[in-house]
Formats: sequence, C-alpha cells, structure tokens
Amino acid sequence: MFVVAVILFVYFGATSPQFLTEFNIVTLVDFIAPVAVISFGEVMLLTLGEMDLSAGTIFIFMPFVTQALFSAGVPLLVAILITLVVGALIGVVNGLIVVVFGLPSFITTLGTLFALDGIMLVVTNANEATMPTTGTTVEKIFGLGRWSEILWALAMLIVMYLILHRSRMGLHITATGGNRTGAAEAGIPVKRVIVWAFVMSGVLATLVGIIDATRVGTIDPGDPGTTEMFYAMAAAVIGGTATTGGRGTQIGAVIGATVFGILYVGFTLKGINANAFVLILGIAILVAMAVNVQLSRVTQRRGGSKGRRSK
Amino acid sequence: MTTATTSDSAAVERHDTDEILRLEGIHKSFGAVRVLQGIDMVLHRGEVLGLVGDNGAGKSTLVKILTGFQRADQGRIFLEGEQVRFSSVDDARAHGIETVYQDLALIPQLSIFHNLFLNRELTVGGRLGLLNNKRMRELARQYLTDMGVDIPTIEAPAQSLSGGQRQAIAVARASRREDTKILLLDEPLAAMGAREAALIIDLIKDLSRNRGVSIIVVDHNYTHLFEFCDRVTVIQQGVMTLDQRTADTSLDELMDYMVSQFRQQVATGRAERGH
Repeated sequence: MFVVAVILFVYFGATSPQFLTEFNIVTLVDFIAPVAVISFGEVMLLTLGEMDLSAGTIFIFMPFVTQALFSAGVPLLVAILITLVVGALIGVVNGLIVVVFGLPSFITTLGTLFALDGIMLVVTNANEATMPTTGTTVEKIFGLGRWSEILWALAMLIVMYLILHRSRMGLHITATGGNRTGAAEAGIPVKRVIVWAFVMSGVLATLVGIIDATRVGTIDPGDPGTTEMFYAMAAAVIGGTATTGGRGTQIGAVIGATVFGILYVGFTLKGINANAFVLILGIAILVAMAVNVQLSRVTQRRGGSKGRRSK
Repeated sequence: MTTATTSDSAAVERHDTDEILRLEGIHKSFGAVRVLQGIDMVLHRGEVLGLVGDNGAGKSTLVKILTGFQRADQGRIFLEGEQVRFSSVDDARAHGIETVYQDLALIPQLSIFHNLFLNRELTVGGRLGLLNNKRMRELARQYLTDMGVDIPTIEAPAQSLSGGQRQAIAVARASRREDTKILLLDEPLAAMGAREAALIIDLIKDLSRNRGVSIIVVDHNYTHLFEFCDRVTVIQQGVMTLDQRTADTSLDELMDYMVSQFRQQVATGRAERGH
C-alpha cells in the first residue's frame, strides 16, 4: 500500500505541475488529516473486533458544542476542553451499550449515529454556524495555523501508535480482539478495555472535528459525517487492519488515507470527474480486503513472522 | 500402544507431606440444577491429582470455583490451612492458583513472549508506561529454556505453534511465577499426538517434582492420568465417588469401576440418581 501511495504521488507530481505546490500539499493534508485521525479510533475498535459508525457524526456535531459554549461566554480553551469531555462521554455511552446490553457495535453506533445527527439537527434548527474567532493563539493551535491540523494528526499518530503497540492497554486491546475468552481468562478486564476504545474513538473524532471546523470557519449540520466515517473505516481496512480483530495498524491507516487524498486531489487537478474517485475507492477496498485475507492465510500457514504488521 | 504404568513410585513417596488445599462441602447449583452436592477434597504439596468424571458431572464447575471464576453456594475452601474466599480470577491468582483452560487462553495473534506475560506485562515507567519488550523477551527465552520447552523463536505469533507447543506455552505461563502453588489443567492432552503429549507430561512431572507445584488435572483419558497422577478422584453427579492413589489401584480397576457405575446409573434410571 505504501508503494501505491508513492507511485501515485510521483505520478501526479510529474504529470500535473500544480500538484507539488505548497498550496496543494496543504489541501492534500487537510483532506488526509481528519480521515486519518478518525481512522486511529477505528483501528483501535477494529482490532477489538468492534467499530464506531458514529465517529463521523461526532466529528461534525462536536464543534457546535464548542461554538455554543463560546457563545454562552465560556472561554474558548475551556469550551474546547468541555467539548472533548462530551466526546468522551459519547464514547462511554457507545461502549456501555455494547458491553452491558451485548449489542453488536454495528447496531449500537448506527443508533447513536442517527441519534446524534437528530440532536444536532434539532438543536441547531438545521442552521449553519460560524466557529468562534478570538484572534488568540488558541485558534492558531486548534486549526487556524497553516500546519496545525497535520501536526495534530502526527501527534495523534504517535500517541495512538504508542498506545496500541507499546502499552499494556494496546496489548490488551489486541488480546481482547484476538481471543476474548482467552483474554478474560488471563484476567484482562475486557469490558473496560472495550469502553476505553470507544472513548478514544469519541475523543479523537471530537478533537479533529474542532480543529477541522476551526480551519474551515463555518459548520454545517446538514451533513451527518458518514463520508468521513466511511473514509476512515476504508483507510483502516486498506491499511491492513483486520475487521475480524486481533490486528491493527495506524501507520497503515495513514497510508490508506494518504492514497485517498492523493487520488482525490490528483483527480481534481487533472480535471477527472470526482465521481470516478468514489469508484476507485470502492475497487481499492475490495482489492485490499482480498489481499488482506490471502495474506493472513499465508502468514498463518508459514508461521506468520509478520504477525501484526501489514504490507 | 500406551501401557499403564504405576512405576512412578518416587512421586507417591511425597504423599504424606503437608496439605495445601482442602475443600469442605462445596455446593453449587445453577437454577434447579444441582451441579455440586458437597465435595470434600484434599490436595497435597507437589501432588498431581487426576479429576475424572462424565460430561456434566461437575468437574468444570469445581475447577471454575477453585479459580475464582465462579463462587460456591456453600462450603469452605482452605489454602495452606487458612480459609479463603476467591472474589475473582485475579484474587485466586494472587493466592497462587493458576489455570490452563481447555480452550487455551493464548492469543493467536500475539507473540509467544507477549502471551507468556499477558496481563502481567513488564513496563518502563509504571503501569501506564511503555512495554519493556526487551526484558520480557529475555525472561521468556530464559524461562522456556529452563522449562525444557523447545520453541524456535519467541517472536512468532502463538497461532504458528502446534497444539502441543501452545499447550506447553500455556502451562509455562501458568507456572511462571515463583509463588504459583496450585496449577489447574483442564484436559491438557486433548487432541494431542503421542510426542506432544510426552512433552506436556514431562512438563507436569517436572513442575510437581522439582518445583513443588501441586497440580489438578481434569481429563477423560484414564490412561493419561495413570501416567502422571499420584492420585485419582472420580466425581459423579456432583458427588465424589472414588478417591484413590494410583499406586493402590490400576487402570483396569478404575475402568471396571467406572463401567459398573455407569451400568448402575443406566439401571436405576436418570430420575433416581443422586446420593
């Protein structure tokens, strides 16, 4: 997948002169960052054998919370922090429904997706809003600085990578996704691990939602955020995260998101119909999944020295 | 092929050493089903005890009570003479009781050394710190060598191992800590070839003899039990019906007993069963 990204980058770089301009790279990065950050949460959940369909809606909805708090006189930084807590609580709700009622996360988060979208539409009366402008560094840090969004994405990549691959929590996530009974018998609090993963997904979507909204300036409740969610899920899967649990990679997801970004921006520059982008996305997911399944068969047969890594 | 031998008389000599575990009148019901109806049992230090019984006789429930997975409705458990009550698997483990389950608690995708340290990972900088993989690798390699478990690489995911190797890793993990006093093995030789079974049997013998670990083995295969158990206990319909040292009985005798018990049950009918 990494090779595909490099080939595409070189191809568009060589064939369209505008591709390598700073403006275009920023555009590219702005496309990649939200998808990548939401996908980090999905990678955690997919590794557990779960998913979060509501992450895109959290991404769209949460900036309204920041905006409303700010309008009510709460300082911007405090408003952002409160919003992050709200995002975490949505994750807690998702996680608790899954572990307490034993509902599949597909159903649970499909429900919260619509519920959140509904709340957003009712509360905002389907009206757009403008993100707060205070002219302070808080905004610069949270989205207005030219490289703010990509720096946040990189920071989140490092943090989430360390959590999944270098911490006890990550090992417990992989263990729970790989063999839930076995993990429970080893004494891992599997339910708590699952709730935590939903919390991480909620916080990540909230954070990148605030940053993206601040950068764009206006927020629109007319979009339920499903596009971002599906891109994130696709980036995770194409990057080599197993939907069956037990294997996840955020670096793979970043590469997946980058491939989408390059295709999207490259197509636009070359004047190719944007609709073709969706077609390619669909084919890419199918091919990636087919390769993924074959790869895991091969690694299983061969003693799988590549265990948790993807190609 | 396998012949029953009771020649491991060296093991039997330790029979009179102090007791480590005592169960008194353990009862457990699930709704109207009375699974355990007053189990009394004693386990000695370094002893290998075989637990036999038909499906649904209550063996698994007894094991789950001992590991803190379930709680007895009635009865008392004494560990080294002191009454204990296990609130959770972690609690039982803290008391030195470790289990290897039939479904193998290994995680297929995780490396052997991560599996060995699962939920007891070593970290740098506290519980929330980063994993100390280097140290875990070193210790895992050292430990498996000490145990005589031959694994080509501890980096490989557990799913790449054979059934016997996985079982060996699971047993090794359960007995890794110095303070493991009692090891519970649920059908440790299930679906295993002769050579792999020999590996596990050696491991069990080594643990009981050289490290003084007391071991309870649940198994259907009586031949296996006679190969490494000091004592055999039969549970039927939630009651212990036979408790004998393997040196004092034979495979044939046990088989005859089990068959006659079975005939009796069939004769009296299921409705009348129970003692």
